[in-house]
Amino acid sequence: MQNSQRINKVLVIGSGPIVIGQAAEFDYAGTQACLALKEENIEVVLVNNNPATIMTDEQIADRVYMEPLDTVSLEKIIAAEKPDGLIGSLGGQTGLNLTMELSEKGILEKYNVEILGTSPSSIKQGEDRELFRTLMQQINEPVPPSEIVSSIKEGENFAAETGLPVILRPAYTLGGAGGGFAYSEEELQERLRQALKASPISQVLVEKSIKGWKEVEYEVMRDKNDTCIIVCNMENMDAVGVHTGDSIVTAPSQTLTDRQYQQLRSSSLKVIRALGVVGGCNIQFAVHPYKNEYAIIEVNPRVSRSSALASKATGYPIARIAAKCAVGYHLDEIINPITGNTYASFEPALDYTVVKLPRFPFDKFSEADRTLGTQMKATGEVMAIDRTFEAALNKAVRSLEMNVFSLTTKNMKSKSTEELKHLLTTANDLRLFALGEAVERGIEITQLHEWTDIDPWYLHKVKRIVDTEQSIKGRKLNDLSKKEILTLKKMNISTRRIAELTHVKEEDVRLKMNELNLKPSYKLVDTCAGEFEAVTPYYYSTWQGMDEVETDSDTRRLLIVGSGPIRIGQGVEFDYCSVHAAEAVKALGWEAVVINNNPETVSTDYSVADRLYFEPITAEDVLHVASKENVEGVLLQFGGQTAVNLADELKAAGINVLGTKPEDIQLLEDRDKFYRLLNKLDIPHIEGSLAYSEKELLETAASLSYPVLVRPSYVIGGQSMYICYCETELQNYVSRLSSTTNDKCWPLLADAFLPGKECEADVISDGENVFIPGIFEHIEKAGVHSGDSITVFPPQTLSENEISSIVEISRKIASSTPVIGIMNIQFVIHNGVIYVIEVNPRASRTVPIISKVTGSPMIKEAVKVQLGYSLTSTGLMPPPEYITVKAPVFSDKKLKGVDHSLSPEMKSTGEKIGIADSFAKALTKVFPSPEKNPSVVLSASSRDYAALFEAVSQKINTAYATPGTARYFTERGTAAEAVQSLDEFETLLKKDEIDCVINIPTQGRNPESLGFKLRELAASYDVPCFTHIDTASLYMNHISEDDDAQAVQDLKMVKEEIK
Amino acid sequence: MTAGYLVLDTGHVFEGIRIGADKEPEGELVFNTAMTGYQEMMTDPSYKGQILTFTYPMIGNYGWNNIDDESERPAAEGVIINDDCHEPNHHESAGTIHDYLVSHGVAGLAGVDTRALVKIIRKSETVRARIVSTLSEAEEFRSGASSEIQLVAEVSIKEVKHYSEGEGAHVVLFDYGSKASIPQALKKAGCRVSIVPFDTTLETVKQLNPDGILFSNGPGDPQALREYLPEIYNITMEFPCLGVCLGHQLMALAHGAETEKMPFGHRGSNHPVKHLSTGKVSMTSQNHGFVIREKTLGDTGFEPLFVNVNDKTVEGIQHKFLPLQSVQFHPEAHPGPSDTAYIFDEFVKSLATGGKKLCRTVSV
Repeated sequence: MQNSQRINKVLVIGSGPIVIGQAAEFDYAGTQACLALKEENIEVVLVNNNPATIMTDEQIADRVYMEPLDTVSLEKIIAAEKPDGLIGSLGGQTGLNLTMELSEKGILEKYNVEILGTSPSSIKQGEDRELFRTLMQQINEPVPPSEIVSSIKEGENFAAETGLPVILRPAYTLGGAGGGFAYSEEELQERLRQALKASPISQVLVEKSIKGWKEVEYEVMRDKNDTCIIVCNMENMDAVGVHTGDSIVTAPSQTLTDRQYQQLRSSSLKVIRALGVVGGCNIQFAVHPYKNEYAIIEVNPRVSRSSALASKATGYPIARIAAKCAVGYHLDEIINPITGNTYASFEPALDYTVVKLPRFPFDKFSEADRTLGTQMKATGEVMAIDRTFEAALNKAVRSLEMNVFSLTTKNMKSKSTEELKHLLTTANDLRLFALGEAVERGIEITQLHEWTDIDPWYLHKVKRIVDTEQSIKGRKLNDLSKKEILTLKKMNISTRRIAELTHVKEEDVRLKMNELNLKPSYKLVDTCAGEFEAVTPYYYSTWQGMDEVETDSDTRRLLIVGSGPIRIGQGVEFDYCSVHAAEAVKALGWEAVVINNNPETVSTDYSVADRLYFEPITAEDVLHVASKENVEGVLLQFGGQTAVNLADELKAAGINVLGTKPEDIQLLEDRDKFYRLLNKLDIPHIEGSLAYSEKELLETAASLSYPVLVRPSYVIGGQSMYICYCETELQNYVSRLSSTTNDKCWPLLADAFLPGKECEADVISDGENVFIPGIFEHIEKAGVHSGDSITVFPPQTLSENEISSIVEISRKIASSTPVIGIMNIQFVIHNGVIYVIEVNPRASRTVPIISKVTGSPMIKEAVKVQLGYSLTSTGLMPPPEYITVKAPVFSDKKLKGVDHSLSPEMKSTGEKIGIADSFAKALTKVFPSPEKNPSVVLSASSRDYAALFEAVSQKINTAYATPGTARYFTERGTAAEAVQSLDEFETLLKKDEIDCVINIPTQGRNPESLGFKLRELAASYDVPCFTHIDTASLYMNHISEDDDAQAVQDLKMVKEEIK
Repeated sequence: MTAGYLVLDTGHVFEGIRIGADKEPEGELVFNTAMTGYQEMMTDPSYKGQILTFTYPMIGNYGWNNIDDESERPAAEGVIINDDCHEPNHHESAGTIHDYLVSHGVAGLAGVDTRALVKIIRKSETVRARIVSTLSEAEEFRSGASSEIQLVAEVSIKEVKHYSEGEGAHVVLFDYGSKASIPQALKKAGCRVSIVPFDTTLETVKQLNPDGILFSNGPGDPQALREYLPEIYNITMEFPCLGVCLGHQLMALAHGAETEKMPFGHRGSNHPVKHLSTGKVSMTSQNHGFVIREKTLGDTGFEPLFVNVNDKTVEGIQHKFLPLQSVQFHPEAHPGPSDTAYIFDEFVKSLATGGKKLCRTVSV
């Protein structure tokens, strides 16, 4: 029973900025938990400095602290708020580690704060590998032979005993960072050194490899009364060896007998009981493919990415129920919200299959090492539901938005069999498509199993898909019977693929299917396989069986298109926007229908929309939902570029696209048309033009004069965007790009590069007037992607005139296009002229920040104008007196071979903000503070020597530098010790005496260069590394506040105080 | 691939693909929501007289094997599947589900929207159905209950069978259609087991001199066995007894309680039951269409021990004075979770500690 007397106020720790291994799933978990606690009349205090989240909305928690996630600021919050309890197990590894630190430092005891849910000792037993292993031995549960080592020697001794290969797992790291396999003694030395470094406690588990076994996960819940249930089990198509976050996952398990299923289930219950977890827990097993043997791989005594997936896969809201358990409820006292009449103490029964595919960032990081292993590399994921694996897999593939619509892709056609074999034998992001191609070439399943370790059951399913597609190859669309098309659609083969196979346009297939009255059915996700009546409108499409979803004709509905998987350049911010759009639509008296496929998010929580469709976001799937729901209009501006890209196709199919018209979107996105528009409006823009060949590009660049900014037209997040300072650099760029795209990169766009001050504004327009809640100023000059630059609001150095010009330019663009709804405009101010760089006719990354710090409901306003309301307030909002600084966060330790230097291409995965009454104070919350005279490592190319010298020479204590930089500094009277080799740099960094590395790359992304390696070293030793003069200069001039003087403030309080 | 149909007495017709044996079986249409264990389900004798619908849409993924049969042959009259697997893979697999059905003479229909079927069953409660190859003008259906006594007779053992290894307690298992996992569970707990036909008398039982009795699961309506209730009553007054599923219902009926037909029963591996004295909830495997009416337990000496968390129906009873206990669910699992396996262990333990003596003392 709930312990309401004692627990009146609870502190919830969020997971902070998004990094690989810790993404939107914790926004979903935290949001659910906060709401679940508020239902119990518990006052919720939330700490999270990730501004793009729903959980940091004022409606979600009673008090929101967007403060650094460290014990210093948490102690201050605890002292100020005096909570009775704390929940840290919903904030990912960050939340869990902080909880442990607060407990170990005696802070919780000091303020009499109880840890709710799983106890610190349980957490420790689950997380500390040695303790966990001992516990497993006590309860007689099998674990692979392993040993905790804290030196390379110990690791070598273990390997000598058990034999190679071994797997290395550093303790207390995110997403398995720093782990991996070692097949040889040399590899063991090298990998173990990295792994020891990656672990904050310098402990690594060296384990006998069970690579090739099946990987199966169980999501378990337990309450204080010791009732335990399994929410869901999941089986990875990829065998053990690929991080589960990077694996293709199915729910429920597909290839286990009931005996095996129950054996692992019983084991899970034994483990969660032995640990004493209260709430959710994730247990990973390895199952021998040829005999009845299993081993426990690891346990996460908290909600996780897998629990978010399990929640969406089953409908059972794990984080919500975990929060109720944490405050003392028993599972059989909590109503199952999906059915409304059964209880949370049951195990969901699925009558469909779920497939999750990871979304990798390799489309942006073409230079990265694409091999998959124990360290997670995916930035996001998609989930698809259908009645069979084949159908769910096909839906998942097109949900990825990688421009793939089938398992067989054109890129694979040109691979030799040897190349295919290589792609199949080592796990990598392309393996699924290599499989498709291999099957089509007739390679035997037994051979494929040998190469991939993938269970033949999955391989046969892939073959069924490919065979079914091949059965219509060479046929004419018009010759296909209704039955034949239905056979393809039962496997959910995309209309795009059918069009490709029959050499027609996708539209023709759509028309033909309309003629034949072929449309999908929709079914419910109800946790109980239809056994009970369900009340929750959570749907998926299928071509197998009857439509059970009813739509009444009286209700007026609008469709909100979500943003799909999280990737660099399109993150959780668009989920924030989609959720707010759904709320706004509901508040305005319409029914909100949401379509999305990202299982990590709040927008795919069944309680957000009136009706949720878990579907791919392609024209085919969106059109089906729009027609099923008979929506009056579709809102595209909140789902990022994903949604906006559908505008033309939806319109062509007769859908009412609300807001800015599709043809006007083109006016803003098509570079030529856009420049013509700006010329007409007399708005300065950067000179540039499209080039259709290398020759033309070089001529254009010469006429613009170097440096130039080049990129393919239509890009997200600055994909493949470079600044080239000379012709050689430009030629290198072209040859690199054309080889990775099979020369399909043309036309390329070349712009003059103006190293001016950059700023941006999110603008709401009703077609006549505009409303701008604020303008962000970037710290780094133009040339750094806005997502990667440090930005400040309100602007610190813009003049009154500049600000009013920005507002006027925005108004002109908005009214002449016209823009209806929301847009983001990027400006550069160079030599007193304000240029428009680009307009994004949609919501942007900064919308959640500006909405939160100004309190203006931007998305709601943006929805209203799209529904025909006029703006109530216009112009620029007066700026608040407090300062907000946003800083990017990079997953630089996760992605091997990726250069995280600042450039026009976005690389950060997340962001954090600091709010305070001065710029310096706000900056301190998100940015490292220097020692008075820091010791630095310097390295720049000759063109940046002068700027670097100017930025740092007066401030530094000791400098070590690459020879050229050292010479330049020394000649000008600032001593700098020349360092010749990478090893010497490493020795320096290891000593912990270096405050920062300043390395200004020429162009970056050359993994062979010393600079690149230096940057990787800095990341692995956690030494701040600045790759732009302006960031370095900000650091040097940043006078930090000492910790005690730095106040923590609830967002609402900040606003009220200033009012 | 031959087309076939599932014809319901509600008037609904589902088209599918014939798999398994070329027969046209009829039975009560029921559904099971477990996601694994199709072989165990098909061979559970409690499905005698029924056509079993699997709600999990992909059946046959791991083929069939020589380990998981719950009786010598499938008991279900027919099976309805959404998608049957043609290329199963498992190291224990001996073939496809289609082959299995063919070799055991069981008819099936694949390619059916089983979720739609569930909705019909949920709405219409008792549904009879037939698998056919061609549609005729109007199908006529037998009415259900009349033949149910035969169901038990058909699946029950014909002669006493002894498993007398070991030194442990001797349990007589009344076979109303027992799953193989019940004697296995008893044997695992160290018991000697004598499996006896469902109509065995007290006299015969006495000659076997057991330490305790287990009334097994079985198909159909317990009231169809009304004529055997007095004998069951007498047995329960002489020996410590444990009842499972149908056996549980029979024990209650024998002591004067009543049973009733449920709207569409409990069939699956995820049914939560709450132990009333500890408040602990366990997941159980279930397969029943009838249930004890709680109100009628009044004068029987029995009181509820377990209750279903969702619909609050009686899931287990215990006698106030006599060593009698029975459960509606299946502690022996297979398929399903073994959270409640302790019930067998406790029963066996109680036999060793003189349950029989207690029985005599109280009944005298």
